[in-house]
Amino acid sequence: MKRVKALLLVLTLVLSVGLCACSKDSKDSGNGGSTGKTDEKIKVGVVNNPASESGYREANVKDMEKVFSAENGYELKTFYSQKNDDQLKAAQGFITDGVDYLLISAAETTGWDDVLKKAKEAGIKVFLFDRMLSVSEDLYEAAVVSDMPKEGETAVNWLLSLNLPEYKVIHIQGAMGSDAQVGRTGALEAQFTSGKMKKVVQQTATWDEAEAKKIVETVINSGEDFNIIYAENDGMARGAVAALDAAGITHGVDGKVVVMGFDCNKWALKELLAGNWNYDGQCSPFQAQVISDIIKGVKKDYAKKIFSEEKGFDAKTITQADIDNYGLGE
Amino acid sequence: MKNKIKNVFSNGFGQLTIPIIAILILVIFNLIRDPGFFSIELTQNNDGNNVLAGNLISIIDNASELAIIAMGMTLVTAACGGQDISVGAAAAIAGSAFVKILSNAGTDGISGGLVLAAFLFACVVAMLFGAFNGTLVAVFKIQPMIATLILFTCGRSIAYWISGSATPNVASPIIDGIGRIIPGVPIPTPVLIVIAVAIIFKLVFHFTSLELLTQSVGINGNAARVNGINSTFIKILSFVILGICVAVAGSIGVCRMGQVSHDTLLLDIEMDAILAVAIGGNNLGGGKFKISGSILGAYIIQMLTITLYAMKVRSTDVKAYKAIVIVLLVVIGSPVVKAKVNKYISRLRSGRIKASEKGAGRT
Repeated sequence: MKRVKALLLVLTLVLSVGLCACSKDSKDSGNGGSTGKTDEKIKVGVVNNPASESGYREANVKDMEKVFSAENGYELKTFYSQKNDDQLKAAQGFITDGVDYLLISAAETTGWDDVLKKAKEAGIKVFLFDRMLSVSEDLYEAAVVSDMPKEGETAVNWLLSLNLPEYKVIHIQGAMGSDAQVGRTGALEAQFTSGKMKKVVQQTATWDEAEAKKIVETVINSGEDFNIIYAENDGMARGAVAALDAAGITHGVDGKVVVMGFDCNKWALKELLAGNWNYDGQCSPFQAQVISDIIKGVKKDYAKKIFSEEKGFDAKTITQADIDNYGLGE
Repeated sequence: MKNKIKNVFSNGFGQLTIPIIAILILVIFNLIRDPGFFSIELTQNNDGNNVLAGNLISIIDNASELAIIAMGMTLVTAACGGQDISVGAAAAIAGSAFVKILSNAGTDGISGGLVLAAFLFACVVAMLFGAFNGTLVAVFKIQPMIATLILFTCGRSIAYWISGSATPNVASPIIDGIGRIIPGVPIPTPVLIVIAVAIIFKLVFHFTSLELLTQSVGINGNAARVNGINSTFIKILSFVILGICVAVAGSIGVCRMGQVSHDTLLLDIEMDAILAVAIGGNNLGGGKFKISGSILGAYIIQMLTITLYAMKVRSTDVKAYKAIVIVLLVVIGSPVVKAKVNKYISRLRSGRIKASEKGAGRT
């Protein structure tokens, strides 16, 4: 009996492998028929920041590994570091190894000219993802990035759509000068200058939840009135909410204070679903599929700079499915 | 009694003179700026518990982690004549270890016993890293700042590796009780924990000769060894004790937010902790020390931060203002300035005596 089972298993395995091979073969020949073997895989080298950097990066790294998998016909080489120099060396290594495509999310925007020129000479196509580089446009095939200013605009437009009688905003900023901070601040700053919204306080908490709590506590202690918290990431929104909770100020869907965050961590979206927060803006870490589509020729018309589609979630309309699909982390 | 007061006026509060003056200046400055700055009121939080609220509560509550780490840092400073710059990273490791134990149980599964076990585990982990630092310093004679640079660099990555994902969450009434408020007690729990830790230090110093041994090792390690004190052990012990403090602070930080974020938990606390020790009038080169000075130092730093926030100083400028005040405090407290001031005072005094003698001679 056992033998029969084993035999069956082997048979099905052989069959399935054979079938796969057949289908692959036909596809390849359809595309031009240059390669007939199944083990000819597209070699992709990814230079990225380490997953430990943030929840965003963790999802980004996982997404890359999922899309550029062996099942999808890729041979993936990865290198993770937050040091630009190490990244440059790794990229050079990938070029010598003879990868077909080089994908880069750099630690710093500068210093990449030489490496990209070498890649071009070697006939390697370069894609940038998540972060832009300050190099000439002809050195890379395309850049798939987040549109941070648009994230801010989406959030501010949502806020305006609430039609509140007054907007008194506590604005908690990220690390000053970072892309996310500059982008997400822009749209709100425009509202402050136009006078539509009132700036109660604007401080940076450098992405630190405990610091955000202190900032909100100080405003509460000063007795100043406010009805909106605009935090530039989820962690700082969490800190702000802790301060509200301690002071007995209601927040969320039926509360006094509107709470807004960014990044769409899974736990943050759960707060939305529970009605404790009001809004969470997405910062999409999922660039791999777009790049894969370009590599495989599925997506043919594209600009040099491709912006990821990013949503904003409202506590009143969010569903469990949204959390499962868009939530980052566990 | 009269003599005591006279003593205070002629000698000041000794080591504590400068921190006390700094606190007084900050208090007066804030009272002039906003007479209601230090008002405290009883309010209800969103869970319906009575809590005390106000800037004063914010200051002592938010300084808790800093105060606890500063106490341990004082001991390391005194024994080794150098500082541990890895406390922030170590706190992230301890916090991750704390959450690691808790996250295996569901929300309802978190019992008091489990929290205690998680805390003890965090303590053991932090003590091991402390012992590692201490061994590098005491056995291999590496400068403390260089030795702890290793953990400073890689600590937060280790924390990530322990927790396995970016921001694991824990939620339970017990966690809230530790990080925020115990129902029925209107004072934030972290403040109570600081008091408890301070009392434990006091008791340890009272019943053991740790204080004396640490000072003698810090003043002259060789002389201490010749006199039969195991200076290597004392130095490692100081790092291990700092490890416990770090575990306590890290656990408080985690409980406050119900989440461990390995890259921001107690961010930059190492610099604040070293500053607290310095502002407290402790010699950064080792030797004599006063833990109470460092605690005061921690509250001064926090009061400064909250003052700047209350003044709505532009976010980009806060750190610069903080730096200016701290430079002033540290320079005024430095031995060079102290010696100059003492010289000046004694010259003034002798001048006065001479003048009175002259006056006496005339009549």
